[in-house]
Amino acid sequence: MLKLNWRLALASAALCSSVVQAQGVVADGQQVAMKGDGSGAPCLACHGMDGAGNNAAGFPKLAGLDADYIAKQIRDYNAGTRVSGVMQPNVDNLTEQQILDVSAYYASLPSPDTAVEAEASLLASGKVLATRGDWDHYIPACESCHGPDSQGMGASFPALAGQHPTYIKQQLNAWRNGSRHNDPNQLMTGVAERLTEQQIEAVAAYLGSLSAKAGGQ
Amino acid sequence: MRTYTLMLITTAVMAAPAVAQDVKVPINLPEPKEGQYVHQAPSVDDLMTDESINPELRKVILKGRDMFMNTQQFRGKYVFNDMNCKTCHMGEGRLNWSGPVWPAATTLPDYRGKNKHVNSLEERIAGCFAYSMNGQPPAYGSDDMLALAAYHQWLARKAPVYEKNIAGRGFRHLGNKIPEGVSYEKGQAVYEANCAICHGADGQGQKKDGKVVFPPLWGDGAYNWGAGMTRIFTAASFIKNNMPLSKPGSLTDDEAWNVAWFINSHERPQDPRYTGDARETREQFIGFHKHTRYGTEVNGKVLGQHDNTGGKPFLKPANLKPRTFE
Repeated sequence: MLKLNWRLALASAALCSSVVQAQGVVADGQQVAMKGDGSGAPCLACHGMDGAGNNAAGFPKLAGLDADYIAKQIRDYNAGTRVSGVMQPNVDNLTEQQILDVSAYYASLPSPDTAVEAEASLLASGKVLATRGDWDHYIPACESCHGPDSQGMGASFPALAGQHPTYIKQQLNAWRNGSRHNDPNQLMTGVAERLTEQQIEAVAAYLGSLSAKAGGQ
Repeated sequence: MRTYTLMLITTAVMAAPAVAQDVKVPINLPEPKEGQYVHQAPSVDDLMTDESINPELRKVILKGRDMFMNTQQFRGKYVFNDMNCKTCHMGEGRLNWSGPVWPAATTLPDYRGKNKHVNSLEERIAGCFAYSMNGQPPAYGSDDMLALAAYHQWLARKAPVYEKNIAGRGFRHLGNKIPEGVSYEKGQAVYEANCAICHGADGQGQKKDGKVVFPPLWGDGAYNWGAGMTRIFTAASFIKNNMPLSKPGSLTDDEAWNVAWFINSHERPQDPRYTGDARETREQFIGFHKHTRYGTEVNGKVLGQHDNTGGKPFLKPANLKPRTFE
């Protein structure tokens, strides 16, 4: 009996250590972000020194996003469930460990305040969508999955507050045209395709006008 | 540098907006049956712009709506689990096929089999607090109860009183007969594939900063053993027409029945009508519990045979009581 318990203990210790190994190392991730992996552009070329991204160019803010969420997106570019001619060639040679590292690095950064001003009426209708939804067209509120104030909920529902409006619009359109179909159980696809162009404009402006909480977590 | 320029060009090309083509995730809700009354409940925008509504009444309706949407503000007073009214009555209580709440205002007072007497709208609301929210209902006639009742009645605006043939009412569109062959294992597989991502592998839901985002489906934070949702048919119809969120009608009927069976095979806070013996309580309220697994043996244990009232420090709220009209 005692022997059996020891074996169990050893087995679970081995399991635990493999979990530890599968975690990202922030410092190593910073190296990849700053210098690249030798085959593609370094992340900072587009996502900026502080991971703030760029609204005009539609480069998403990565700082403060959930690490598992970022890692999944990189894997999805390589798997083709999320299509980007920019991202795919730059992440296709990352090792799994580098994916984890760079994800951990960006998750560890504080989210820079990039709030974008917009017209009051646009923000008001965007706020309705984010907090109440439009149930007459079967559109649940953003925050019903992305968490209070759309600050993100775990690995599957990224923070939207403080994300760049240009990027949010791009992604909603990517779901609509099918170039992005990596949402678990198609939970985003249906919502994206029910939104009107004006609603996309409004909700992107509203979410982009918010500040992400420090670290996004 | 060359790569960087290329990136900017490609992104600019990709940023061109696309137009949705074929519907990828259809909204598969049942059509109203011939002769059914189809209600279009007013929205909060209608409330704000309707000048015929007295400003004081508007204030009270808004208070009721706020209670409905954020019932957790009364945690520890009226609510002792992780539920809000809107958790089950989605779309602000207005949505057909999602237990729209306004019919309670147009079809009550009426006899209810659940407690075997004629109930008022306030009593019906109290039932939700006592069972689904495992709580203590606001006192009858109190400001809070009146505000909630006002929200219900306003949502019923222009609906015919005592019209009972209502499209999208309640959660019984799959009927109340549990199909042959439902099983815990089949339900578990459906759960893991469709529900666990939000409600968790352990059914405990997810919170952020202490706020409930995805409600627990069993355990102390969930509806208690007296809640309508513990009936397999109620849960099956709710799931079929409302879950996963944004994908109504995406599960097959069979999947909905099996996953409802699975979810309601788990422990939850005690039925406030508990006599001290779950089998006896089941028999005493068999009209209700014949549709639940309460008081039956599941995976080697009798469901509901315990004194756990969840986060609630009492068993039965005082204002749940019989009426005799004598």
